[in-house]
Amino acid sequence: MRIALAATCIADAMFPQAPRAVVTLLERLGHEVVFPPGQACCGQMHVNTGYLADAVPVVRNHVRTFAPVADGEWDAVVVPSGSCTGSIRHQQRMVLERAGLDAEARTASAVAGRTYELSELLVDVLGVTDVGAWFPHRVTYHPTCHSLRMLGVGDRPERLLRAVDDLELVPLEQAEGCCGFGGTFSLKNADTSAAMLQDKVGHVLDTGAEVLTAGDWSCLMHIGGGLTRTASGVRPMHLAEILVSTREAPVVPGAADGRQEVAR
Amino acid sequence: MSTFLGMPDAGAPATVSGVGRPDDPLHWGATFPDAARTALADEQLRRNLGNATSTIRAKRARVVGEVPDWEALRDAGSALKTDVMTRLPELLEELERNVTARGGVVHWARDAAEANRIVAGIVRAKETDEVVKVKSMATQEIGLNEALAEEGVAAVETDLAELIVQLADDMPSHILVPAIHRNRTEIRDIFLERMADAPPDLTDVPRELAMAARAHLRRKFLSAKVAVSGANFAVADTGTLAVVESEGNGRMCLTLPETLVTVMGIEKLVPTFDDLEVFLQLLPRSSTGERMNPYTSLWTGVTPGDGPQEFHLVLLDNGRTKVLADEAGRSALHCIRCSACLNVCPVYERVGGHAYGSVYPGPIGAILTPQLTGEKSDLPYASTLCGACYQVCPVKIDIPSILVELRAREVELSGAAPDTADRVWQAAMKAASYAMADGGRFRRAARLPRALRAIARHGVIRRLPFPGSLWTRSRDLPEPPRQTFHDWWAARERRAGTRQEGER
Amino acid sequence: MSDARTEVLARVREALGRGTDAAPAPAVVPRGYRPAGEHAPGSEPVLELLVDRLVDYRAHVHRVAGAEVADVVARLVEEVRTVAAADADDSHRAAARPAPGSVVVPDGLDRAWLAGLSGDDVRADARDEPLTATELDGACAVVTAARVAVAETGTIVLDAEPDQGRRAISLVPDVHVCVVRTDQVVQTVPEAVRLLGEHPGRPQTWISGPSATSDIELDRVEGVHGPRTLHVLLVS
Repeated sequence: MRIALAATCIADAMFPQAPRAVVTLLERLGHEVVFPPGQACCGQMHVNTGYLADAVPVVRNHVRTFAPVADGEWDAVVVPSGSCTGSIRHQQRMVLERAGLDAEARTASAVAGRTYELSELLVDVLGVTDVGAWFPHRVTYHPTCHSLRMLGVGDRPERLLRAVDDLELVPLEQAEGCCGFGGTFSLKNADTSAAMLQDKVGHVLDTGAEVLTAGDWSCLMHIGGGLTRTASGVRPMHLAEILVSTREAPVVPGAADGRQEVAR
Repeated sequence: MSTFLGMPDAGAPATVSGVGRPDDPLHWGATFPDAARTALADEQLRRNLGNATSTIRAKRARVVGEVPDWEALRDAGSALKTDVMTRLPELLEELERNVTARGGVVHWARDAAEANRIVAGIVRAKETDEVVKVKSMATQEIGLNEALAEEGVAAVETDLAELIVQLADDMPSHILVPAIHRNRTEIRDIFLERMADAPPDLTDVPRELAMAARAHLRRKFLSAKVAVSGANFAVADTGTLAVVESEGNGRMCLTLPETLVTVMGIEKLVPTFDDLEVFLQLLPRSSTGERMNPYTSLWTGVTPGDGPQEFHLVLLDNGRTKVLADEAGRSALHCIRCSACLNVCPVYERVGGHAYGSVYPGPIGAILTPQLTGEKSDLPYASTLCGACYQVCPVKIDIPSILVELRAREVELSGAAPDTADRVWQAAMKAASYAMADGGRFRRAARLPRALRAIARHGVIRRLPFPGSLWTRSRDLPEPPRQTFHDWWAARERRAGTRQEGER
Repeated sequence: MSDARTEVLARVREALGRGTDAAPAPAVVPRGYRPAGEHAPGSEPVLELLVDRLVDYRAHVHRVAGAEVADVVARLVEEVRTVAAADADDSHRAAARPAPGSVVVPDGLDRAWLAGLSGDDVRADARDEPLTATELDGACAVVTAARVAVAETGTIVLDAEPDQGRRAISLVPDVHVCVVRTDQVVQTVPEAVRLLGEHPGRPQTWISGPSATSDIELDRVEGVHGPRTLHVLLVS
């Protein structure tokens, strides 16, 4: 398959190891990965903060960049983020329609119809749960609200993790509870956000896991930012960063601050 | 909380006096972020709320899980409420006809003041100075008790939690469990301080507290001439009203006094009697987490020889038509006041109801309150958009999407008259919009965080100046990478190109 | 009619973007939910389910044959009286209970069910000859029939017909003995609503266990204002 990667703005700028892992992983599974360089952001931050007019050029850029998938140039678009996938699927069309851009809104729908969050792509589109990974560590999984409730990815990420050799998956207490990030919520309601974070960090520490994983670096950045204050050594890692790890090219949690080159 | 200055009960234990009764039950107190900060500092409150909400959540999940057709019931409930809104004028007229035909009197009220005047007029005509009340959100919303007090009429709340709230001069903090913010010791102190006939040796055992309230209220039930209630449902095609409750105080009020006045929002309709089969399944399981609440009363106008022989129904607008006018936000009127969204909300769970500054707190309050008032509000931002509310809503109100719509409205309102914070946000969003609308611009902008590597220690940034401090006050920022993904990909493409050229 | 009426209705129409044109047709509502249970009314699985739910609410259930009703009613009333007498020794309760012995019944109740009680213990209540609230408060128990019961939710519905009486009589006395025939027990809520919908104008009281509150730290306390004890006689 020819798969276009939407890296997401936050991972592109702050956590490039995740989209790099997606590239390596998909290539390892025999697929071709394309990175359309015109991409920037899906517009979610603007939409969820209420700045719908300012969201329009951002959404248009995303739709324009990924429109070729609607024409069959690529087979699918993969996004290593549940919330960005959710925004693409549930918000982009609305934003364009409200701006009176009906033709682009239709394109947005078509693009969204072929856009998948990473675990959806692997399990539903590519039909794999065992990606041949090896990760000999104790891991706990935070399902993230938008993956869980907006997309309904269900247990796909956990199925992928359970198939990883030597990975010990430990359950997270109150896993479905929000970590308190919520995009600009973490700034507009910083105190409430911090209180939610405190509880989530506590539950993560209770697991005794070495690694906290999720399908979304935004939530991981939030929880990770709380974890480093506890000096616990629990490392946040994107699902892709675990799935890319093999016996031949193991990914070591925390090596070089988690910024290790995982792809050549 | 301090009680030594200007409080009416200077000698009372510090815990007794509540937040006071506001002038506007839909808009009071500090801003949400400030009120939340105060609430978060109250460890006892957080424990009370945490225990309570997790208990109800578990109960709800258990009894919903045993209903095989739950999703079909939700679909039906949602469709019925949509139908009600579409045909609201006709259904209201049908209800009015049927209630009137059965001996009831129907009144219409444009706003809170008009509704209060109508109720006060009815009570005055009965020459009584005391009415008993069933817990009702509509009468909380219009501040009926305060309005009656001005007329010299004491409105006695008879739901245990509402009684606690009333005695403490407090505001409800939950739709279903209004005194959820109070623990048993506080409740005992409130009773001892404010309930004249409380046994002096009262302990804080819930059973004893409940029995003290029973004894206190029974005398009032047996002598009351007028009762005031809300309504959970009103059936258009029969004129039947329904009140769903647990304690029996509702039955007392609906049955014993000679006169009953019911105040009901115009959205509370269901089209036909049979439709109750949907809502009487959805509401109790979503609300108290019971298969069925202990008591549900249904009555149609006046039944000669049984119950009140005079029945008044007050149909209340008070901003509901404003909500109805907004197509995107309209479905907030579908709410059946179960409070399931409060119990699953991670924000509500931590800050409690008072932080919302409205009788309607939690996720539903965050979409209903600003629409009812039409005022600028910070409530649409009081959510992480985690979606837990939508998942449990028995009538499938898409609260997260409506929150986003209302945020857009807030941005429009603040665009017209921005304050300093608004200007900062507007500038930031404009700048981000410019940077993120083009791949080239984004690629350059994405390199900017790299500058922060200079202040990173051990892979993290511990402290940033404002507004970054809003983040770093409670969490670290990871050290930005040396190379963005865009740049990494470009380099990889270059390497691949060079390799290909070398192979040629 | 009043100005408010005209104005509210006008606002509603305006909000909906409608003039005074005719109403849209009722929407077709998806009713994919169960209109009835898989078990027939009165069948053994339905009865077992009802008993289970009632016990869960801490109601007292007695499964009896028709001929035994009078004996069980008499025994229950005797028990209640013993408790009431003990209460009466408690000085402040004695004042509130001037007649701890009387049992209230609706005047249309099957008199055979009361055969075990002595006549002067029983006070009949009727719409045209009602007991006062204070008299009801002085009674130790009430015995009624029922209209329908819902097994899945453990609910008994009274619709104020002569064998069930005015709503107040099953509310004020502290003990409610409710006689339900097994053929009145349906499995699901929709079955009961359809049945009750035949006479929607009758005042209805849906009872699911004794009165309860969870208003204090969500700690459930049974018996606040309604009867604190509910006995259900399930009669085959």
